[in-house]
Amino acid sequence: MDPEVMDKVNKVVDKYKRKKSALIGILQDIQAEYNYLPKEALLHLGKSLDVSLTRVYGIATFYKSFSLKPRGKYLINICLGTACHVRGAVRILEKAERSLDIKPGQTTKDSMFTLETVNCLGACALGPLMVVDGEYFGKMTSAKVDKILKGYKNNEKNQNS
Amino acid sequence: MKKIKTAKELEDIRKSILEKRDTNRPCITICGGTGCRAYACEKVITAFGAEIKKQGLEAKVDIRVTGCHGFCERGPLVVFHPEEIFYQQVTPEDVPEIVSETIMQNRIIERLLYTDPATNKKIKYENEIPFYKKQRRLVFGNNGKIDPTDITDYMAIGGYSSLAKVLFGISPQEVIEEITKSGLRGRGGGGFLTGRKWHYCRSAHGNPKYVICNADEGDPGAYMDRSLLEGNPHSVLEGMIIGAWAIGANEGYIYVRNEYPLAVKHAGIAIKQAEKYGFLGKNIFDSGFNFTIEINRGGGAFVCGESTALMASLEGKVGEPRAKHIHTVESGLREKPTNLNNVETWANVPLIIARGADWYSKIGTKESKGTKIFSLVGKIKNTGLVEVPMGITLREIIYDIGGGIPNGKKFKAVQTGGPSGGCIPEELIDLPVDFEELTRVGSMMGSGGMIVMDEDTCMVDVAKYFLSFLEDESCGKCTSCREGIKRMLEILTNITEGKGKEGDIELLEELAAAVANTSLCALGGTAPNPVLSTIRYFRDKYEAHIRDKKCPAGVCRQLITYSIDEEACRGCLACKKLCPQEAITGEKKEPHYINQDKCIKCGVCLETCKFDAIRVE
Repeated sequence: MDPEVMDKVNKVVDKYKRKKSALIGILQDIQAEYNYLPKEALLHLGKSLDVSLTRVYGIATFYKSFSLKPRGKYLINICLGTACHVRGAVRILEKAERSLDIKPGQTTKDSMFTLETVNCLGACALGPLMVVDGEYFGKMTSAKVDKILKGYKNNEKNQNS
Repeated sequence: MKKIKTAKELEDIRKSILEKRDTNRPCITICGGTGCRAYACEKVITAFGAEIKKQGLEAKVDIRVTGCHGFCERGPLVVFHPEEIFYQQVTPEDVPEIVSETIMQNRIIERLLYTDPATNKKIKYENEIPFYKKQRRLVFGNNGKIDPTDITDYMAIGGYSSLAKVLFGISPQEVIEEITKSGLRGRGGGGFLTGRKWHYCRSAHGNPKYVICNADEGDPGAYMDRSLLEGNPHSVLEGMIIGAWAIGANEGYIYVRNEYPLAVKHAGIAIKQAEKYGFLGKNIFDSGFNFTIEINRGGGAFVCGESTALMASLEGKVGEPRAKHIHTVESGLREKPTNLNNVETWANVPLIIARGADWYSKIGTKESKGTKIFSLVGKIKNTGLVEVPMGITLREIIYDIGGGIPNGKKFKAVQTGGPSGGCIPEELIDLPVDFEELTRVGSMMGSGGMIVMDEDTCMVDVAKYFLSFLEDESCGKCTSCREGIKRMLEILTNITEGKGKEGDIELLEELAAAVANTSLCALGGTAPNPVLSTIRYFRDKYEAHIRDKKCPAGVCRQLITYSIDEEACRGCLACKKLCPQEAITGEKKEPHYINQDKCIKCGVCLETCKFDAIRVE
């Protein structure tokens, strides 16, 4: 097992005083570290906390905020809360699906974008809402989707060149 | 910092905080709630800081970043004290002018004032704006006055004096009696009498006892709890400490959505500051009472808003509810007596203690006392958080406060209570809003989401939306909920796709009864509500989908066609460029046409057309 992974997991476990009841918080911190929950980290976590892997995976798959697959560099969230829904959020989601050629929960082949949906971000005045890595884009239209994605792609190109 | 030991010490500190503050000194308060942050208010905050420095005004002007002011539609919001001048939609570019004109010269910048759409008059002060006028912001109002990361702001407005009051002179039983007498009922949706719940928990056998603050606000379209925890976390803590003392608990938990990072942060800061002053921790106010609060972040599961699922989650388990033959006040977290209330309920407690049950119970209706914060969202002009006395009518909320429906559209329904609630039609718009009335008409109070829908909203689609939400969020423990919701959703999907048949409505009703009656928790118990309430009030719309294969609101794709009105079309090419199917043909300045074989009815053309030329039938 990768000693670096073990070290990172141990640090998180110690932060929560090795409490089994803190399992959800521990997983959140591990995910914050890796952007997803790597298998190795979960295997080590089970051993280290003396918790069955079934329970670790039970939690990792039950709660929506966890991902077992690596996510892209940018996380795109389309809000599907009721307020956004009645203002046409589905149209925005479908446009993003078409533009990125992925479905919610998937990551683009170049590992740039992961597309996800969220049930409400509580910024309903701005609906329909799209959030890219914590940056809010309000009153979305289909046309805006491509413009925003292009901005991120250009940024990436400029960084690489 | 020396810990505060007596009520007098608290009062002395409060006075010294106030003495140090010059109430005539200009103060710029900027809304820093999540809603305004989404409008990039942080750039406005930075700009004010830089401009004040540039003009050498640091010693003369204060800047205070507050919690949510509620009028999210018009963010970023800035209020100037002491005059309380209200500017809306402020951008960083406006800042130098504001500082030179408004701060230095006391001159108003007209374009930043709110214009009353009814009279077209500019309004200068926050409390004169129609959105705020009919509200009674007892719990939420302090959000705009304090910096949530500074405990002295809360102490300056009398914070923690209710705690001092109960610790030095009121017995736990008397506190419970007072809360019971006030008529305060759970704001999270259950509507159970708070004082009675406390009494049961106090009387329950078993130690230790726990108190929990439920901040797992999962209802889509509701964000009042987040805004309270973000904007005035100490009011929630003070309520919890008073409750814990009355119940006899020494440990408390705040279970908060991980999607609310700012609320997590502010609650954490508040706990640390309260500990420093001796309001939390060991020997609070030197009274011998110990109480600690820990924050737990949720994992994004709607069902964890249910008390037993939340407690399982707090124990680090999968959030599945259990049967409540034994109530959580007897056996809850770690099988010990546990009292759970939601954020807004806790925030009401210091207010009741400070002003008395008699005063509090005069507000509201016979069975529902006090105020309620609603999040007024959807097809409404003034989106935002509104705090109103119980008993106010839907019409007053939607039209007087909310400003009505935008774009000249017609009001169709309002959905209350989140996915467990129901849709209330136009005929009932004069309904007084309280726990009983909302339940009577087939909806519920829930946590206070109020989603307004206009003529373009399809009620069958809305029912389908809620069921697909619930299908996703059902924990899967009870077969009736797991499978029943799925079957109901299948039927609804068929109806919206033109595959509905006679008898579907009756079958939905039958399944609804089975799901509601045989599920363990409230998620399944109330899941059919969105379907039942829309059938009850909009049966004709269901029938139009089933019999005529038509969606009157023009939403359900398989039942509609898009076409272009030749006369209205200016031939601007906008829709043609954006159509993902290349289904639109036509030359510049010539009317365009939609090729029905290629059209996938995505609606992009409708959204893009500036000339209202797209027809949906």
